[in-house]
Order: sequence, then C-alpha cells, then structure tokens
Amino acid sequence: MATQTARLQPTIESSSGPQGIALALRVIFADPITFTSVLVLLIVVIMATSANILAPHDPALQNLRLRNQPPMTASVSDVTFPHVLGTDQLGRDILSRIIFGARTSVVIGLLTTAISGVFGSALGIIAGYYGGWIDDLIMRMVDIVMSIPSLLFALLLLFIVGPGFWNLVLALAAFRWMLYARIGRGQALNYRNSPFVDAAVAIGSSDAGIIWRHILPNVASPLIILATTEVAILILAEAGLSFLGFGLQTPSVSWGGMINSGRPYIATAWWISAFPGLVMLVTTLSLNLLAATLRSVADPVQRGRWLNRQRPHRNRNRR
Amino acid sequence: MRTFIIARYLIRRLLHAVLVLFAVASIVFFLGRVVGDPVRIVLGVEVPEERVQAVRDQLGLNDPLPVQYIRFVSGALVLDFGDSFWQKVPALPLVVERLPATFALTGTVFLMAVPLGIVLGTLAALRPDSILDRGISVFSMLGVSMVDFWLALMLILFFAVQLGWFKTSGYGGFQYIMLPALTLAVQPFGRVAQITRSAMLDQFDLPHIGVARAKGLRERRIVFLHAMKNAAVPIVTIAGDTITSVLNGSVLIETIFAWPGVGQLTLLGLGRRDLPLVEATVFTIALLVVIVNLVVDLSYAYLNPKIRYQ
Repeated sequence: MATQTARLQPTIESSSGPQGIALALRVIFADPITFTSVLVLLIVVIMATSANILAPHDPALQNLRLRNQPPMTASVSDVTFPHVLGTDQLGRDILSRIIFGARTSVVIGLLTTAISGVFGSALGIIAGYYGGWIDDLIMRMVDIVMSIPSLLFALLLLFIVGPGFWNLVLALAAFRWMLYARIGRGQALNYRNSPFVDAAVAIGSSDAGIIWRHILPNVASPLIILATTEVAILILAEAGLSFLGFGLQTPSVSWGGMINSGRPYIATAWWISAFPGLVMLVTTLSLNLLAATLRSVADPVQRGRWLNRQRPHRNRNRR
Repeated sequence: MRTFIIARYLIRRLLHAVLVLFAVASIVFFLGRVVGDPVRIVLGVEVPEERVQAVRDQLGLNDPLPVQYIRFVSGALVLDFGDSFWQKVPALPLVVERLPATFALTGTVFLMAVPLGIVLGTLAALRPDSILDRGISVFSMLGVSMVDFWLALMLILFFAVQLGWFKTSGYGGFQYIMLPALTLAVQPFGRVAQITRSAMLDQFDLPHIGVARAKGLRERRIVFLHAMKNAAVPIVTIAGDTITSVLNGSVLIETIFAWPGVGQLTLLGLGRRDLPLVEATVFTIALLVVIVNLVVDLSYAYLNPKIRYQ
C-alpha cells in the first residue's frame, strides 16, 4: 500500500490528477471526517425533500394529553411508531417536526446563499476587472456594509417590512454578500493581468466573454468554498431570527422556532429544545468541515498531500 | 515625514468612520421611512384616524421626504432619535442607561476569550500536531458551527438547573454574568486561538526568527518579542471582531438571560413597535461597532510598519 501511494504522488501533485466526479469521490472516501460530513448533509437534504414520506407523524398534529412527553413515549394516533424524540408543549412529535424543519433550513440556507453569492461575486469581479472608479465605489460600499452588524439589521428590516418568505430571504442576503465581493475582486484582479486574458483581449473578445470564459472558471473555487461556510452561517442566522419570532410564521416549521418553543420548559422537558439544536449543530458542523476539506483540495499544493497523507498536519506546518 | 504619513492615515480612517456612520443613518432612514410605512409599523392595522395623525405629527411624516431625511440624519449624528412611543421620553437616555450592562457583558467575554485564546494559540503553534493543537482546531470548528442560543439553553440546563451553580437570568454579579458570557465566549475563543496559531506559525517560518535562533536568544524571548510583535496585526483584528460579534449576538443572548443591555432593549422595542427606540438601539450598536473598528484601524498605525513607512 505504501509503495503504491508513493508511486501515485507525482501524478497527483501535477495538475493532471483525478478530475471532476472521480476527484470528488476520491476526496469523499479518502477521509472519514469528510465522508461523514457529506453523509450528514445528504441526509439533511433527503429530510428536506421527502419530509412527507419520512416523517413518522403529522408535524402539526396536536395532542394535549401527550404534552411534553419524554423520548420513546408511545404514540396514541400511530401505535406502530412511538414518539422517538418525545413531544413538545402541544403534544406534537419532535422527530417529525425536525424532519420538516430541515426544509426551512435547507431552502432558506441555499436560496439566500445563492442570491448573496451571485450578487457579491458579480460586484467583486466587476470591481476587480474594470478597476478605477467602479472599483472604488463598489469596495467603499463593501466596507460600509461590512461594518454593519448583520443580524441586527436583518432584524430591523424584517420588523419594518413584516414577516414573509421573500422578506426573510432578502433580509438575510442583503447583509452577507460582501465577502464574495472582496474575494471575487482579489481573484479577478489577479487574472486581469495574466497572459491568457491579454491574449483574449488581443483577439478581440468582449469584456463579458472574457469574464465568463476566462475569469469566472478561475475565480470559482474560492467563491464556492466561501459559499459552503456561508450556508452554515445563514442557517444559523435564519434560526436566530426564527428564535426571536421574526422567521417564517406557522405552519412552517423551523429549527430555531422549535428551540424557542422549548425555552419555558428547559428545566422540565429539555428534549423540546435539545434535539433540534443538536441536529442543527451537526448540520452546520458538517458544512464547515466540508468547507475545510474543499479548501485543502482546491489548493494544488495541498491536494496531493491531502489525498495521500499519512500525517496530515505536520507537513503543512513545517514547510 | 513619518508623522505626516501617520497623521494622513489616521485622518483617512477617521473620515471613513464618519462616512460609515452617515451611511448607516441613511440606511436606517431609508428602511424605516421609505421601504416601510412608519404608521403601519408603529400602529399595526386598523386604528382610528386621529392616532394615525398623532404618529404622523410625532415622526414629522407630513414634511417632504428630503426634509425628513436631513432632519433624521442630522439628528442621528448627534444621537437624537425623537421620543420613544412606549416610554414617552426621548429614546437616547433609555439606550444610554442600558450601556453599562452591555459593556460589562462585552468586557467579560473579551477577558474570557482573548487572553486565553492568544496564550493557547501560541502554545499550539509551538507544538503543531500536539493534543492541544488538535483540541484547538476541534474547538474552533465547533465554535463557528455553534448554535449560540441553543448553547445558552443547554448551559442553563446543565449549570443552573442541574448543578445550581449560576443564575438563569437577571442582572448582577458573577453568578449572573457567567452563563451569558460563557455562551458568547465560545466562538471568539476558538477563532482567536486559531488565528493566533496560524499567525505565529507563519512567523516561525520567516528568516528573522531563524536569525534570532541562530543568535542564541532564549525561545521565550523569540516567541513573545520577535514573533508575537509581527503576528499582532491579525490577532488585534480578530480581537476587535470578538467585540463586534458579541454586540451583534447580544440581541439573542441578552434576551435569553434577561440581561438588561441594549440588545434586550432592541427586542423589547421591536415587540412594542417602538420605531424611534429600535432605531436608537440599532444605531447605537452600529456606532459601537464603528468605534471598535476605528480603534483597530488606528492600532495598525502602531503595529504595522508598512503603514508607518509607506
């Protein structure tokens, strides 16, 4: 095994290693932590997309006689499947609500990340590519919005425009596009003066064509890595707003709202708050761990070492 | 010449801070008076006509928009947001009387997270791959993924309900401040330790540390004088971020622990549809964030020779 690894090393460290899906599979199976994170995220997405099939009980079904029941309490409405994670203050099944809550987190997390990511990256690439006063203007805007406390202003915005799905999405996305702009600008600035862009200019490509065909593919990977961590941050922000009562309104189920509903019962029925928060922590942790892996793999110097490592950290630290 | 360069840098950062405050005031105005309908925000729906008129008078909504804008922004820059609807007194004193609680919480979190983070981060950099080093990586990963309001409830469950060591809510000394401060300190501690570790590691690779070692200087002197001094810029930046993230997270955590700071007041104002009070609290927190960022920027002039000799 060791000799095989040694022989593989040079091919992987050059740019012609495994590409695309082959590389992705290799990365996922190379490291148990990455494998687990991907598995967790897959489960969360499946929960979100097929909540109706997976949930053992109706998430909105109340049963006042089964209020605040501990995990594994037998169900009245469905004898075959107990309330595995207990019931909440209205006697609703917590596991089913967690499964339906995944939908809110996944949809809001991905949608807000997509909107803020596309908007911020576009602004950043334009700033870096064109430079001059456009650059100054955009980057000054970034500086200003960066120094605004984002959760607080999202709260203010929702207070003013009222709750609602799109209001929530916009309130979250409006204060989280700046990092993409910073990274996009730095990257675009790098490639702006590279020979292949000069060549494209020389053969008469349009600015839009150059950005689309030559800049974007090169700047994409740091932006995608950033987006992975941003999904986690936005899932947390959505939950925070829901916790304060400014998220989606009932009948939508949100993990943040569930944690809040267990607050008065924390001493007597801890499971109402504990389980949704635990599921959320596992989800955000998986996203951040996946982002860390992507960061190592995207770096061509680290990629080979990462895929064939024996002692992961030492090499990197003591160059 | 050098003083001139430093002065120019300081003045530019100061102007930038003023510009940010001006922009924040404009955004608050734009959201509250243009995007939203202030009458609906304050009163909700279906109210008698004379109450609508009273609100329009108090907020000065009968004037043309540019007049309102100039009045609002010039008011905001001297921290005048008009009277609170809920308490019928000027909004600013209500915010100011809550500042000590917020400062106490922020200061405690800072003292819990930053010195310890710097020390442990440095130790981890000295021994890469040690148990401490891995522990810090795990902790900082957990910290950035942490659902802080959930952690608050779990800490209440464990330390207040089960063990009875600390109080679950209220304002007071050690027993009261411990749990909210602990909740808010987890993430900054991990980030400070992580940033310190990588900043110090970068330094250890540089030639001047090699020279210091070759000269036979003691390791402690190398670490704290030669490496730390140059690693200070990212460390100070992340320490400043600690304060701003605590201020941002204070709405949730102060509310959970009934800690009577500005964050809790924000939520009380939101619940009572008190637009001037909410504007005052939000602007005050933004002002504090701008001041912290300014102080961090100014410290660069001292810490970063590139700025001094530009």
